[in-house]
Amino acid sequence: MTKTRTRGLRLIGLAALLVVAALAAVSCGGDDNEGSGTTTAAAEANMPTSIGAGEGQVNLIAWAGYVEDGSNYPDYDWVTPYEKQTGCKVNFKQANSSDEMVTLMRTGNYDGVSASGDASLRLVAGEDVSPVNVDLVPNYADIYPSLKNQPYNTVDGVHYGIPHGRGANLLMWRTDVVKPNPTSWGVVYDTSSPYKGKITDYGRPIYIADAAVYLKSTQPDLKITDPYELDEDQFNAAVDLLKKQRPLVGEFWTDAAKQITAFTNKDQVLGTTWQYQVNTLQASKPPVPVKAILPKEGSTGWSDTWMISSSAKHPNCMYKWMNHIASPKSQALVAEYFGEAPANPKACALTSVKNHCEIFHANDEAYFDKVYEWQTPVKDCGDDRGDECMDYSEWSRAWTEIVG
Amino acid sequence: MTVSAGAKAPPRPGPGRRFSTFLSARPKLQLALLLAAPVAWLVVAYLGSLAVLFVSAFWQVDALTTEIVHTFTLQNFEDILQGDVYRTITLRTVGMAAAVTVTDALIAFPIAFYMAKVASPRTRRLLVVAILMPLWASYLVKVYAWRIILSEQGILNWALEPFGLKGPGLGAGNVAPWLVFSYIWLPYMILPVYAGLERIPDSLLEASSDLGARSLRTFRRVVLPIAFPALVAGSIFTFSLTLGDYIIPLQVSSKQFIGNVVYDNVGVANNLPFAAAYATVPVLIMIVYLGVARKLGAFRSL
Repeated sequence: MTKTRTRGLRLIGLAALLVVAALAAVSCGGDDNEGSGTTTAAAEANMPTSIGAGEGQVNLIAWAGYVEDGSNYPDYDWVTPYEKQTGCKVNFKQANSSDEMVTLMRTGNYDGVSASGDASLRLVAGEDVSPVNVDLVPNYADIYPSLKNQPYNTVDGVHYGIPHGRGANLLMWRTDVVKPNPTSWGVVYDTSSPYKGKITDYGRPIYIADAAVYLKSTQPDLKITDPYELDEDQFNAAVDLLKKQRPLVGEFWTDAAKQITAFTNKDQVLGTTWQYQVNTLQASKPPVPVKAILPKEGSTGWSDTWMISSSAKHPNCMYKWMNHIASPKSQALVAEYFGEAPANPKACALTSVKNHCEIFHANDEAYFDKVYEWQTPVKDCGDDRGDECMDYSEWSRAWTEIVG
Repeated sequence: MTVSAGAKAPPRPGPGRRFSTFLSARPKLQLALLLAAPVAWLVVAYLGSLAVLFVSAFWQVDALTTEIVHTFTLQNFEDILQGDVYRTITLRTVGMAAAVTVTDALIAFPIAFYMAKVASPRTRRLLVVAILMPLWASYLVKVYAWRIILSEQGILNWALEPFGLKGPGLGAGNVAPWLVFSYIWLPYMILPVYAGLERIPDSLLEASSDLGARSLRTFRRVVLPIAFPALVAGSIFTFSLTLGDYIIPLQVSSKQFIGNVVYDNVGVANNLPFAAAYATVPVLIMIVYLGVARKLGAFRSL
C-alpha cells in the first residue's frame, strides 16, 4: 500500500514537473474554488428584476423534438415565431441524456436547458444554473399548480426554472413481430424470450430505476417505495435483474433517431421508448407497425424544466424563450409533437387533436402517481432510512457493470 | 585586385543580411531556431496534455455536483484494478486489437505481395489507388454503411439467407465490431507491408530458387524474415487504432471497449479523472507494444 503510494507520488511529481516544463497554453485548476455555502441568498440577489432588449441570439440545449423550427414538419414550428417576435436567433444543441445535458451546461457556452429531474438538482448543486424570477415570465402564472414548487425545480423556496411538460417512458413493440400484445414490463425480462437480441434498454444509468419500478410491484418484499431512493438491497436486486436481462438486450439506445432506424429495420423490436419515437415511426412512410403502452406496473417518466445558465451570455433572450415556450400556443405544439402532457392547461384548447390533454393525462394526478419522474439519486433516502441510499455515482458504476 | 582611393566603401549590409551572417557562423543556433516552434508544439500540445492527463487521473469528482475535487487520491486506479468489469473490458479490447491485427495481416500480405512483386506497374498503380480510395471517404460514412449492411434487414442477411445462415447482427456480439475494425484499418496494414516487400530485390528470390528452394521455402526463409519488420510496423497502426476507437463499437455493438468507457466518463458522466485514469491503460499497453516492436526492428521499416 505504502509502496504504491510513494510510487504514485513519484509519478505525480514527475507529471507535475512535465506540466511546469510544458508551461503556458495548458490552463489548469484555480478557477473552481469559488465560495459556496450562502449560495441561494447570493443567487437570489443576482436575479434580474426586468428584462432588457434581446441580445440577438440564444443557445439552447434540449431533448430531441423540444426546439422545432419547422424543418422536420412545417406544421410544427415554434422557433420561427419566437425569432420574429424577439429578434433572438435560436441555436439548438440536441442532447440525448441528462448526463450529457449536465456536461454541456458545464461548458458555460449555453444560455439554457430543458432539464429533467435527474439533471436539474445536479445543475443547481453545481451552481450551473441561476434562480429564475418567475414574475418576469407572465405565462408561468397559467402553469398547472401540481408542476410548481416541485423538488426538482424549486430549492428552499427558490424557483430554478419554468415547467415544460411531462410524460412517461413507454413500452414499445413491433406488432408484426411481438405477439401477443404485452401488458407488463415482464416481457423484457423474460430470460426465455423469443425476442432475444432484439430487446432494447435506454442506455443510461437512470434505467436502473425502470428495473426498480418492475420489482416494486413484482417483489413487494423488497419494499421499494421510490425507484430513485434505493437502499443497498433494493439496488442490488434491480442491478441483478438487469444483469440477468443483459443477454437479451441487443442494442442500448440513447439517440431517439437511432432507435427509430433500429425499429424500422427490425434490429430492435421491443423495449422502452418515448412517445416521440412512437409518433415518428407511426407517421413515417410507410408506417412502421409499432404500438406503445404504459405497462400495468407503471413506469419511469420525466417532468422537464427550462433553466437558465448561471453564465448565460444572452439572459434576456433566454427569459423571452422561457416565456415563449410556456405560452399556450407553443405548449400545444411541443406537447403534440413530442407526445407529452403540456405544463400549461391553456394549451389543451389549442391542440389539433382535441382531446390531447386527456390522452396524455395532463391533469390526471392518479395517472402520474404511476409514473416515477426522473430524479437524481442521492445518499439521503428522504425517509427514516436516512443516508442509506445509493447515490448517482453508484448508479453509474453499476451501469458500467451491467453493460459489461 | 586594387582599390582606387576615390571609390566608395561598399554599403553597410542591412539588418537581415547581418543576421544571416551572424547565423551562418553558428549552425547550432540555426538548428535551435528552426526547431523551436515544432518542438514547443510537441512539448506543450502533446506531452503537456499527456501530463495533464496523468495528473488529473489522481483527482476525483464530487458525487452530486460532479465537479472535480483537486485532492490526491488513488481511488480511480483502485477502482480500475479491483473492478472485474474494467478488467474484462481491457482484455476484450486487447483481444479485439490482436484479432483485428492478425486478420488484417493475413489479408494484407497476399495483396501487398501481389502489388510489389507480381503486378505490372499499371496494375500496381491502380491497386494503390484502390487501397487509398477508402481512406478519402469519411470514416463515419463507412461505419454507418456497415450499420446498414449488418442490420436485420441488411444486405448481409439477404445474401446469407439462401444458405440458411444469418449475419452477426448489430448489438449482441464481438463479430460485428471485428468485421468493421478489420475493414476500416486494412489499408494501414497493406501500405507498410507493400513498402517492405518492394524493398526486397528480385535477385534474392531468384537466388533462392537457383539454390533449389521451392516457393514455399523461399517465402518462409527469404521473404518473411525480410518483410517481418514491415508487418510489425503495420500492426502498430491496426493495434493502436483499434485500442483507442469508440465509434465502431458504439455503432455496431453494445459491448463496451476501453474507448467507450473513456468516452462515457468524459462526455456523459463528466468524470474526467476516472476517464484519465482509464486512458492510461492503453497508453501503457502501447508503450509495451512499441518496445516489443522496436526489438523486432519495426521502426527501421517505417
